[in-house]
Parts: sequence; C-alpha cells; structure tokens
Amino acid sequence: MKTNSVLEKIFASGQFAVTSECGPPRGAMPGIVKEKAEHLRGYVDAVNVTDNQTAMVRMSSFAASIILREMGLHPVLQMVTRDRNRIALQSDLIGAYAHDINTVLCLSGDHPHFGDHAMAANVYDMDSVQLVEAVRNMREDGRLQGGAEVENLPRMFIGAAANPFADPFELRVARLAKKIMAGVDFIQTQCIYNLDKFERWMAGIRDRGLHKKVYIMAGVTPMKSEGMAKYMKNKVPGMDVPDEIIKRMAGVPKDKQAREGIDISIESIQRLKEIEGVNGIHLMAIEWEQKVPEIIERAGLYPRPDIV
Amino acid sequence: MEEFDPVIVAYCCHYCAYTAADMAGSMRLGYPPGIKIIRVPCTGKVDPLHVMRALMDGADGVLIAGCLKGDCHFKNGNIKALKRTAYLKQWMDEIGIESERVEMVMMSAGMGKQFVRIVTDFLDNIRLLGPCPKNTNQQSNRILSELV
Amino acid sequence: MITAERKPLDEIASCIEPYNRILLVGCNECVTVCAAGGRKEVAMLSSALQMVSMKQGKTLSVVEMTLERQCDPEYVESLALHIDGVDAVVSMACGCGVQEIARRFGQVRVFPAVNTKFMGASERAGVWAERCQGCGDCLLGLTGGICPIARCSKRLMNGPCGGSGDGKCEISGEVDCAWHLIWERMKALGIEDRYEEVISAKDWRPARGGGPRKIIREDLQ
Repeated sequence: MKTNSVLEKIFASGQFAVTSECGPPRGAMPGIVKEKAEHLRGYVDAVNVTDNQTAMVRMSSFAASIILREMGLHPVLQMVTRDRNRIALQSDLIGAYAHDINTVLCLSGDHPHFGDHAMAANVYDMDSVQLVEAVRNMREDGRLQGGAEVENLPRMFIGAAANPFADPFELRVARLAKKIMAGVDFIQTQCIYNLDKFERWMAGIRDRGLHKKVYIMAGVTPMKSEGMAKYMKNKVPGMDVPDEIIKRMAGVPKDKQAREGIDISIESIQRLKEIEGVNGIHLMAIEWEQKVPEIIERAGLYPRPDIV
Repeated sequence: MEEFDPVIVAYCCHYCAYTAADMAGSMRLGYPPGIKIIRVPCTGKVDPLHVMRALMDGADGVLIAGCLKGDCHFKNGNIKALKRTAYLKQWMDEIGIESERVEMVMMSAGMGKQFVRIVTDFLDNIRLLGPCPKNTNQQSNRILSELV
Repeated sequence: MITAERKPLDEIASCIEPYNRILLVGCNECVTVCAAGGRKEVAMLSSALQMVSMKQGKTLSVVEMTLERQCDPEYVESLALHIDGVDAVVSMACGCGVQEIARRFGQVRVFPAVNTKFMGASERAGVWAERCQGCGDCLLGLTGGICPIARCSKRLMNGPCGGSGDGKCEISGEVDCAWHLIWERMKALGIEDRYEEVISAKDWRPARGGGPRKIIREDLQ
C-alpha cells in the first residue's frame, strides 16, 4: 500500500468503490457540513469535499474535511490550483495530512469568471497535472517543490479528474496518460450522461492498457428536473447531455421528474459497473445528498465493504 | 431672439454628391448658404480628424455625402466612411455633443433634387438642435470662410 | 507589439481639469500601430479635450507632439523645449513612455491617456489579441509555437482543462482554447507523442516572480 487511504484499500482489494460529494456552505456553519455528510454515512467509502466550486467563496475544503474526519468519515480533499500558489498548496497538504486526511483530488478549478469573484487574481502557479506531480514527489521522494528533503511529508492517495466529453475528444485518452505519467492513482470523471461516448473513451483507455495503471471512477449526477438537464447541457462547460435524456425528463410530469432523474442515474450506474476498467462510481448529488442512500441501495452498491 | 444660422460642413464625394450639388446648381435649385461643401475624391478619404477639426473650428454639423452602397468608385470607401461615422458618433457622445451632428448620407450623381432636400433637412435638424454646445459659450463662432 | 486602448474621455478630462495648458504626447511605435496613441490619435484627443473645455466656457491650449519612441530618453529629451510652457503632460504611450516622461520631468504632473493592455499581435484589421506575457523563459518550442501562458485562460502548461468545447475556451465562445490550437498544431507537425510529456511546474523567477526585471548588456554599455 502506498497510503492509508480507505479508497486505496478498497481498490487494492478488487472491490468496487463509491464516493460522493459534500459541498461546504458559504458561511461558518459546521452543522450544515455535518448534516450533509451524515446522509452519506455508511453508503459511500469516501466523500469529496469541494474547493470553492464554481469559483464561489465557501468554507475551505480543508476545514470541512476536518469536520468530516472528526465524524469518522473519509474525506477526499479537493484542491484547485486557481487560488493558491505552490507554497500554500503544499502547506495545506501537510496540514491536512496532520489531521489524518490522506486522499486528495488535484484540479485546476473553474475559472473565476464563473463565480461571484470574477475580479479576483487568477493564481494558477501550477496546473492540475503539476499538482499531481508535486503530491507524488512529497510521497515518493519526500521532497518539496523547492527541492528540500523533509521528514513526514504527506503520503496522499492522489486523485485527479478526467472529462471524457471535452474537446478535442481524441486528446482525452492522451490527457489521462499524461496524468498517469505525473503520478495519479485514481480518476473521477465528469458526470456521464452520454454513455456511448464514455464507452468509446474507455475503449481507448483499455487499448493502451491505461486501466491497469489507474483506478477509474465513473461520475454520475442525478438530475432533479428537466430544467436542470437543460442547464447542464447548455450552461455547464464540458458537459455532454444527449437529447434523449432531456426528452425523457420532459416526458414525465414535473412532480415525477426527480424520480425519473434518479431512475436514469441508477440505470447509468448499472451499465457503468459492467464496463471493464471502471473501478467505482463517483456520485455527485448536488445539494441532494439525502438521495444518495436510495440511489446506492437501488443500484445494488449497498452495503459498502467494511474496511478499517 | 436672433435666428440661428447653422454652419454645416458637407464633405462631398466627387463621384456622386458633389456632382449632384453641381446639378442642383444648374437646375437653379437653391440650398441654404450655411452649407459649406468640401469636395473629396471619395468619402473614404474623409478622416475622422477632418470632422473633429471642423466641429472644433465652429461647424454646428458635419455631413458626409458619399455614393450608394456598391457604387463606390474605389470599391468600399463609402463603407469605410460609414464605419468612421459610427466611430465619430461615439466620440461625440463622450465629448457631450449630440451625435446627430455628424451624419453620413448616400446618393448618386443624378440626385440633384434629393441633394437639396437632404442637406436642407440636415440643416433644419441642426437648427432644431441649436448651436453646437461647444460654441454656445464662445464669444462668437468662427466663420469657416478660410476652410471653405 | 504593446497594445493599448484610450481611456474614457471623462477620465482624461477630469485629470487635466485644473490645467489650462497641456502637452499631449504620442508615440510612433506600438501605440501607433494599434491606433491608440499615434499622431492621429493625439490630434483626435486634442480636439476632443478642447471641445470639452470650450463647452465649459474655458480655453485649453494643447501642444501636440508625437515622439519617435517615448520609452527612450533620447527622444523624451526633445520635450524639454516645451515642458516649461505647460501645466501638465498627457501621454498616449504605453506605461513605459508615461514613466519615462515622469522620470525625466520630475516637476510636472504626467497623466496616462491610454490603458496599456498586453503584448499582442494583429489578428485582422482592428483586432489585436494577446500573445505573450513575457514570462522570461520561452516554452514556445514545446507547445508548437502557441503560448499557453498568454493564451490559456488558466495558463495551464498541461492542458486543455475539462471545460473546452468546439475549440473554444470555457470562459467565452470568443476565446480560442489555446490547448486545442496546440494539439492541432502538434498533429500537423507530427509530434503528437510529445503531448504526453509532462511539463513540470514553472520557475516564475524569470517572470515577474523575481521582482522587477532588468536586462544588462555589458557589450553595449
């Protein structure tokens, strides 16, 4: 084992992993973090804690991750390179590890343009691939970016994101290979609605044997309504929502759409589970954490393995 | 109150508006004396600065009269002039001068009558607007005799 | 070239409001090419400022000058003949020119009339786009001649991110995805395999990270 990460243990034991997400609130409200996280207890193996997602100021991922850890859950510390330089990023990694947080997801982050702080300086001292490399260097070489050898550097299980649907498609397999080269251990993908395209991407991954070098978790987000489906299709960068999904959502009365959205995600999970090289599901129920247990149970992913 | 006689500078293309003005003359059609015509080889030759300086030196309005679309002797000089007119109007807004004081019109060489109507209408509009705001605080308007 | 854009007239006019005589100085280099602060723009701004002050019943006298290069002390020196006759200087050059005048003539207020924007190229008539951020350690050789630092919104050195679509950046359909361009270029050059080489975190010292920069050429001193 490279780390103490529960996620790594589940993958290593050959079991199918499940993660979900907890978006911290905008105010100092630890109660909300706990409430959201409590819905997930027992139904997922680890919980991603988002880092100022959509470039909106929120409680830091680091602080909310500590709250989760104290609850006995396993946070996946999301880190975007948008807001902090490599000094701050490494410092937070050390701090997080000191609080028994051992799994990190390295991201570049949404551009400030999308949030409510579009006037903020854009840091991007590093990109997500370089952050993966930095975390790997800490773990494997015991070195900081500046070159110093330091004792007790974090031994993080390293995740990154992949979007099989962004353009150019032909580059998407090569990009994953690049993240593997940098040292990534697991991948969580963008929400998958276009399963055919995802399967084409996975075929490309398998052709190059990349699925043997990294654990891949397929991203699933249940839709609450036809409106959300349209929003995801039209407004969220890099999202591929096929028209059939929109039609299917639109085809049921408004009060049944949430149910339909959940059914779609369960069907997706069942299909994704069968794809060779998919090692887990990352269920992003955005502001809908209470539905996670139902989806996990109905998708046949419950109970979760007992890993200590 | 004294009647306001606007001073208008009209940059007229040699191939259309200037000839139209000439035709108006030979047809004995009169137009207001406040309209000072400057012949240009093409409205594409009218630099925004020519318009700015005309206004600065006392004109109450500036007309750029070029060929109909597609008829420019130099292919697209009139289209360039149209874009520059829009650009000048932005300047006018910033300076705080009514942007209607600068207009582009298009006509053919045979439109003597229309020329008279267009310039008279333009002058009437400027008369309604009153003296160019920058001139109202001046002791007296400089006459553009030297320029024309 | 260094590109610039004229400031709103209101802002310029309010800077010189207390003054009656100004020296308006353009530059024959970059700002002439990007039509922001050359001879013609000096004349336009001069007329506009004079009209603004005439509207207020005042007289503004403007000395118009356009220097060969406002960032070179040799040319700035030629303003010495006029500086005593004016109350303030308005510069239409990039920030380098404004500062050069301010350095040479310490006793007079110097105001910028343009906002200096970026180092860019002309894409077509009337359109300039950012091309270089002067990072001090050029990596164009690795990226097919397209700079991700200047042209990727997140300056990713291992892009593209997950937000690109149809070759455009996630922030705007008007912005090309630099990494899409780099990839296309790599394919055209037959060096796709180079894409998978990780470009390590950049040393920003040669860029602004190392403090204000200077180039010293002893052979020319």
